[in-house]
Amino acid sequence: MGSRSSHAALIPDEDSLRRETGFSQASLLRLYHRFRALDTNKKGYLSRMDLQQIGALAVNPLGDRIIDSFFPDGSLQVDFPDFVRVLAHFRPADDEDAGLRDPREPEPLNSRMNKLRFAFQLYDLDRDGKISRHEMLQVLRLMVGVQVTEEQLESIAERTVQEADEDGDGAVSFLEFAKSLEKMDIEQKMSIRILK
Amino acid sequence: MEGTELAGKILSTWLTLVLGLILLPSAFGVSLGISEIYMKILVKTLEWATIRIEKGVPKESVKNSASVGIIQRDESPMEKGLSGLRGRDFELSDVFYFSKKGLEAIVEDEVTQRFSSEELVSWNLLTRTNINFQYISLRLTMVWVLGVIVRYCVLLPLRVTLAFIGISLLVMGTTLVGQLPDSSLKSWLSELVHLTCCRICVRSLSGTIHYHNKQYRPQKGGICVANHTSPIDVFILTTDGCYAMVGQVQGGLMGIIQRAIVKACPHVWFERSEMKDRHLVTKRLKEHIADRKKLPILIFPEGTCINNTSVMMFKKGSFEIGGTIHPVAIKYNPQFGDAFWNSSKYNMVSYLLRVMTSWAIVCDVWYLPPMTREEGEDAAQFANRVKSAIAVQGGLTELPWDGGLKRGKVKDAFREEQQKNYSNMIVGNGSLNSESN
Repeated sequence: MGSRSSHAALIPDEDSLRRETGFSQASLLRLYHRFRALDTNKKGYLSRMDLQQIGALAVNPLGDRIIDSFFPDGSLQVDFPDFVRVLAHFRPADDEDAGLRDPREPEPLNSRMNKLRFAFQLYDLDRDGKISRHEMLQVLRLMVGVQVTEEQLESIAERTVQEADEDGDGAVSFLEFAKSLEKMDIEQKMSIRILK
Repeated sequence: MEGTELAGKILSTWLTLVLGLILLPSAFGVSLGISEIYMKILVKTLEWATIRIEKGVPKESVKNSASVGIIQRDESPMEKGLSGLRGRDFELSDVFYFSKKGLEAIVEDEVTQRFSSEELVSWNLLTRTNINFQYISLRLTMVWVLGVIVRYCVLLPLRVTLAFIGISLLVMGTTLVGQLPDSSLKSWLSELVHLTCCRICVRSLSGTIHYHNKQYRPQKGGICVANHTSPIDVFILTTDGCYAMVGQVQGGLMGIIQRAIVKACPHVWFERSEMKDRHLVTKRLKEHIADRKKLPILIFPEGTCINNTSVMMFKKGSFEIGGTIHPVAIKYNPQFGDAFWNSSKYNMVSYLLRVMTSWAIVCDVWYLPPMTREEGEDAAQFANRVKSAIAVQGGLTELPWDGGLKRGKVKDAFREEQQKNYSNMIVGNGSLNSESN
């Protein structure tokens, strides 16, 4: 109970986080409060359970995969900086970013390539840099549940891999993935605008 | 010697005042207007405080209304989000739609925020609601200090005394009335005791209640359903009419109260083991409403306390009993005191203390016209219809989620619905694109 200070000094390394993710101070503060609200036992980090409690996420067919993206390499906790880094992928692109970027600095987290990488790793479970037919099938199965038969699903997976696969290795690499989506408006489909 | 005499005199004057100014008027349902004066002073003070705060704080740091979401949402259905017509094929980009929805839920979801108290637009001079209101002026702080003194040293003892008297009278009164044989005199007396004691209890919270549409007040043989915010809801409703309550038998003080009041009038209490048997519950409730002489049953179909900004899923069990449903919408004004019971954060005693040290409990109660199940409508649809009516009247948002989410995981059925939707899109009515070539 009691008062919550609005000072951004609450957030550790706020400046570097802001530069890295590109979020405004107000957005970062909002996300920090959200992080604290999700952290039910006030542990200071989030566990898988905390994210699974969110109803709308639990009913999302890709819910588990999305939660996985917060816990890379088998880790069991996600602290606030890592939490924000994942969310930064979905920040809408600023118009100023395009021309003025210093090419020596790392790509901003919400660039088109990074958004595609995020989507790619939802498919590529074993992180080998390729989406095999089997991995495609697994994602499809998650999205359709029990509604579609195995044969139908296999033919869909087969067709999709064939269409995207250029070098004929039977799997979709990241570059092939990006190429097949080059005409897609990634920006609109993978952006979440924080209003205040 | 003198000390104890003085103390004794103060105590007796105190009790006489309480008796004369509060207890007797409650018995007759009359108001002396003291609460109204208090409320007027309170409203004026809070308005003054709001103006002071707005003048003292630069515009940017004033928070926007809490009802606007923090992210821009695209609420279009799945078909539009996946940018396709029905029967189109799976594409690699379909995963974007689900991942965006998933991350939106992580940033802000409709349910989690409903289980914490509503944020206030402007501070109401209680420390507990102070989020980011900084020091403004000396006068404001003085008023706040005065407020603290008034609330804790004057109002709290008064309220605790009243609550104590109210509960004791309830238990004793109903036990006495219970000794009488069943007759119309007994019913009349039991109603009198219930009404008086609930009025005393509501005054112990400085409750100001506005009833609207009294012509639709629930009748005997009907079922009254309302949205649930706190245990106080029961007192709020009982001040204006008597109901038969439904619930589980509990231990401790609640158990004593339960056993006492069931002697005077037929409430429906279930043992823990009986609650699991849905048929038994439905049967007993059906029997109750079939008897036209018995009071209307009071049920809260959400099953748990929500923070009074929205109405969550109504469990269909209450709507399978049959009979006429009388919906009631209850909306509290959070400016004067937060009535929501966050049971995971506060136990009953700390909750009651918090309520008794707020300014007041102000709420509106709307009685809605009775509803019955229509032809071809199943219990779940009927429950939704009633829920919408209550949400619209009370100005609350409607959510399809189950209030039990705050304790457990969501049912797989919801996820299957999304999966079904998606499958229908990529596979169509059992035909793949390649077959039609």
